[in-house]
Amino acid sequence: MANMAMTTAAQNEWQGDLSELKGLVSERALTGETMMLNMGPHHPSTHGVLRLLLELDGEEIVSCIPDVGYLHTGIEKNIEAKTYEKGVTLTDRMDYLAPMSNNMVFCMAIEKLTDLDVPERAQVIRTICLELTRLNSHLVWLGTHAIDMGAMSVFLYCFREREMILDMFEMLSGQRMMGSYIRPGGVWRDLPQEFLPALETFLNYFPAKIDDYERLLTNNPVWIDRTQGIGVIEPDVALAYGITGPSLRASGVNWDIRKTSPYLTYGHYSFDVPLGEHGDVYDRYIVRVREMRESVSIIRQALKHLTQASGGFRSNNRKFVPPPRSELGQSMEAVIHHFKLWTEGFSAPDAEVYMAIESPRGEIGCYLHGTGGNKPRRVHFKTPSLIHISALSMITKNHFIADVVAIIGSVDIVLGDCDR
Amino acid sequence: MESRSTPNQFLRLGITLVILAVIGGGLIALLNGITGQACLNNLSSCLTNNGWNPGIAGFVPILLGVLGVATFPLLVTILLIWVERKFAARIQDRIGPNRVGPFGLIQPLADVLKLLTKEDITPTGADKPIYNLAPPFMVASVLLIWAVVPFTPYHYGVDLEIGAIYFVAVASIATLAVIMGGWASNNKYALLGAFRTVALLVSYEIPLAMALLVPVLLAGSMSMVGIVEAQGAMWFMFMAPIATLLFFISSQAEVGRAPFDLIEAESELIAGFNIEYSGMKFAMFFAGEFMHVFTNGVLMAILFTGGWWGPFAYEAPLLGFFYLMIKSSFWYFISLWVRNSLPRFRVDQVMNLNWKILVPISILNLIMMALMLRIALGFEQSAGIVVTDFFSALPRTGFLLIGNVVVLVVVWLWLGRQGRQQRQLEEMNRFSVTATGD
Repeated sequence: MANMAMTTAAQNEWQGDLSELKGLVSERALTGETMMLNMGPHHPSTHGVLRLLLELDGEEIVSCIPDVGYLHTGIEKNIEAKTYEKGVTLTDRMDYLAPMSNNMVFCMAIEKLTDLDVPERAQVIRTICLELTRLNSHLVWLGTHAIDMGAMSVFLYCFREREMILDMFEMLSGQRMMGSYIRPGGVWRDLPQEFLPALETFLNYFPAKIDDYERLLTNNPVWIDRTQGIGVIEPDVALAYGITGPSLRASGVNWDIRKTSPYLTYGHYSFDVPLGEHGDVYDRYIVRVREMRESVSIIRQALKHLTQASGGFRSNNRKFVPPPRSELGQSMEAVIHHFKLWTEGFSAPDAEVYMAIESPRGEIGCYLHGTGGNKPRRVHFKTPSLIHISALSMITKNHFIADVVAIIGSVDIVLGDCDR
Repeated sequence: MESRSTPNQFLRLGITLVILAVIGGGLIALLNGITGQACLNNLSSCLTNNGWNPGIAGFVPILLGVLGVATFPLLVTILLIWVERKFAARIQDRIGPNRVGPFGLIQPLADVLKLLTKEDITPTGADKPIYNLAPPFMVASVLLIWAVVPFTPYHYGVDLEIGAIYFVAVASIATLAVIMGGWASNNKYALLGAFRTVALLVSYEIPLAMALLVPVLLAGSMSMVGIVEAQGAMWFMFMAPIATLLFFISSQAEVGRAPFDLIEAESELIAGFNIEYSGMKFAMFFAGEFMHVFTNGVLMAILFTGGWWGPFAYEAPLLGFFYLMIKSSFWYFISLWVRNSLPRFRVDQVMNLNWKILVPISILNLIMMALMLRIALGFEQSAGIVVTDFFSALPRTGFLLIGNVVVLVVVWLWLGRQGRQQRQLEEMNRFSVTATGD
C-alpha cells in the first residue's frame, strides 16, 4: 500500500515504464508488488559511483542490478595517444587506492614488450612499494568496510596508519597518492635518505595496530553476527565468475600470482597465502587482515634483501631510460638521449603482451599491443573490480539491504578501477 | 611517526574536569549562601513576604519555571554537540572542533547559523502539513519529558503522580514524529527508515517500560520526585542492577543510537527518515536526537543513581542540580563510548535481541523484584527496621542485590549455552569449502 501512495506522486513526473526492466527483475516488480530502490550512484556505501537497482520485498533483496560507467575516464583510450612513459601517469588514476600496482603492471608489460632489463635493486624497491600499496589499500578497505557496518572508530584508526604510508609515498615521489614512482626500467629515483628510517618505524609500529583492529572486530559478537554466513561465494562459482584476489582466497581457492608465477623478487621471500574456508564476508575480512601481517613480513625480508641487491634503481639502457641530470652537462650523447626520450619517447615493437600481477584487489592484467612506434595501438586492463561487481547480483540475492552494504565492502571494489 | 594519543592527554582532561567540577560546586554553594535559601527554595512565599500581590507572586515562579525547563535542555544541547564531537574525536584519535572560539566551543553556534541560512527544501509529492509538523514533534517529545524532571529537592516542573507513565507516553511521540517525517517525505529511503523505526521503537518500549516499573516498585511511587526521594538511603542501581542495564540498553535503542542506529544508518539508508529535510528542520531532528540522548542520561540518573542526592543537597539545592548533571553526564558518556565502539546491528538481529532476550528477562526481572521486595519488607517489619539511612537500607539492598546477581549469572550462563549451541548449529550449516572441495 505504501508503494501506491509513493508512486502516484512520482508518476506525475516520470513518464517511463517499468516494463523496460522486464527480464531483469521479477514479475512482481512490474505489478508494483515489490519495491524498486535506486541505490547510488550517490550513496555513501557504494564505494564510489556504483549504482545498484534493487528490487526489495520488505527489506529483502529479490534482485540486484549493478550499473557501472559513472566514473568512466577513458584512460585506456587516452594511453593510445601518449608515449609509453607518459602513459604511466594515467595508470595511477585507475585504481586510486593502489596506484603502484597499476604502474607496476603497465611497466611490466612495457618491459616485456621491449625486452628491457631491470636491475635487482629496482626490483626489490618495487616489491617494497607494492606491499606498502597493498597495506594502503587494505587499510582503506578495512576502514570503509567497518564504517559501512557502523563501526566509526576503526575507520579513523585505519586512516591514521594509512597517513604514515602516504607520507612515505610522498618521500619517494613527491606525491601522496598518484606518485607514478614506478617507471619502465625501474623506479623514478633512488630511495631518499629519510625513507628507510621511516619505513622501519612504521614496521615496528604497525603490527600492534592490526591487533587493535582485530580486538575491536574479530571476536565482536555484533561483527560476527553481521558477517558470518553473509554473501557466501562458493569456490566453483567464484572461479566461474573470474573472481580473484582475497575474495577468491576467502572461498578456499589457493590462487595468488605472487606464488603461482612469481614476479619481481617475490620468489625469494617466504610468506603464507591466507585462505578462508567459508567464502563469506567474515572470511574475506579475516583473509585481508592476515594478508596485512604477511605484507609486513614480506617488507621486512625485502629490506634485508635490499642491502645485498646489486645494480642501480633504474636500468642503464639509454634507449629507454633517460640519463641522470648530472650527465647532461658532460656528455653530448646524454643530451641527445634526454631530448629524444622526453619528446618522442621510446619505441616498442609491433607485438602483443599480457602481464598480470596480484593487486590488493585481485589479478590486475595489462594487455599491451605495440605499433613499432612510440605509442601503443591498444591497451587494455583486466581489472578485478569490474568482475567483482558483476558477481554482486548473484551474491546479494535473498539478503537484507544492510547485507548488501556489507557485501559491497567485502569484495572490495574501486569504481575507478572498474570503469577506467 | 608515533601514536598521537598519549595517556597523558586523558590524564590532563580528567584533571581539568575535576578542577572545573570543584570550582563549579564551590560557586554554586556560594551562590546559595548569598541569595538565601528561602527565596531560592520557595520564590512565591518569598515574594509575598516582600509585599507582592499573592496572585502575581504565584505566577512569576511558574513563568520562570516554564521558561527555564523549556530552554535549559535546548541550551544544554548546544553544549552537548560540542562535548559529543570532542569526546568522539578523543576516542578516535582526532582533535575535534578547535577553530571557532576557545577549544572550538562556539562551533555549534556556527553550525546553527549555517543551518539557518540554508535553503528549506520540500520535496515534490511530499505531504506538506505532516512533513512540516514532524520536526517540532520530535523536539517537543523530548522537551515534554523535562517537565517531570526533579532538578533539586525543591525545583521541578510538575510533580505528576503518574510521572513514570507520563514519560513512556511522551517519549513515544518521537516515534510518531519519525514515522510522520519518513512517510511524508515521498522518499523510499525515508520510508524504509520509518518502517524500521516502527518495528524498533515500538518493540523496545516493552523492556523500557518493564525496567521502569522496577524503580516504581522500589519507591512505591510513580512520581519522579517520589522516586528520587526514595533513593536517599540507597541508589536503586545497587538494588536493581538488571533493571538498570535493561533500561540503559532499551533507552539506547529508543533514541536510535549505535549499535541500534539502523533507523538512520547512514551507510545503508543514508540518513533514513530525515533524508529529505534541510536547514532548521533537519536541525530540529538533530537537536531532538541529541537532547534525547542526554535526557536518557538524566532519567538514568533520576531512576537509578539517586537524581539530585548528594552531600548537602538539601541544604544547597543548586548543589543537587549539580549532582544531577554530573550523574547524567556519566551515563551520557557511557552511551557515547558504546556508540563509538560498536558496529551496527541488522534489523532482524535487533528484533531477535529484543523479543528473545530483553523482553523475557525484563518480565522475569519484574516478577522477581516484586516477590523479593515483598519478602524483604516482611523481614524488615518483623525485625523492626525502618529504612532511613544508608545502614538501615543495607539488609534490603544486600538481599535484592544477591537475588539480582544470581539471576544475572543464571541468565549469563543460559545465554552463553544458547549462544554456543546456536554457533555450533550455524557452524554446521555454514557452507564449508574445505569440506566439499577436492
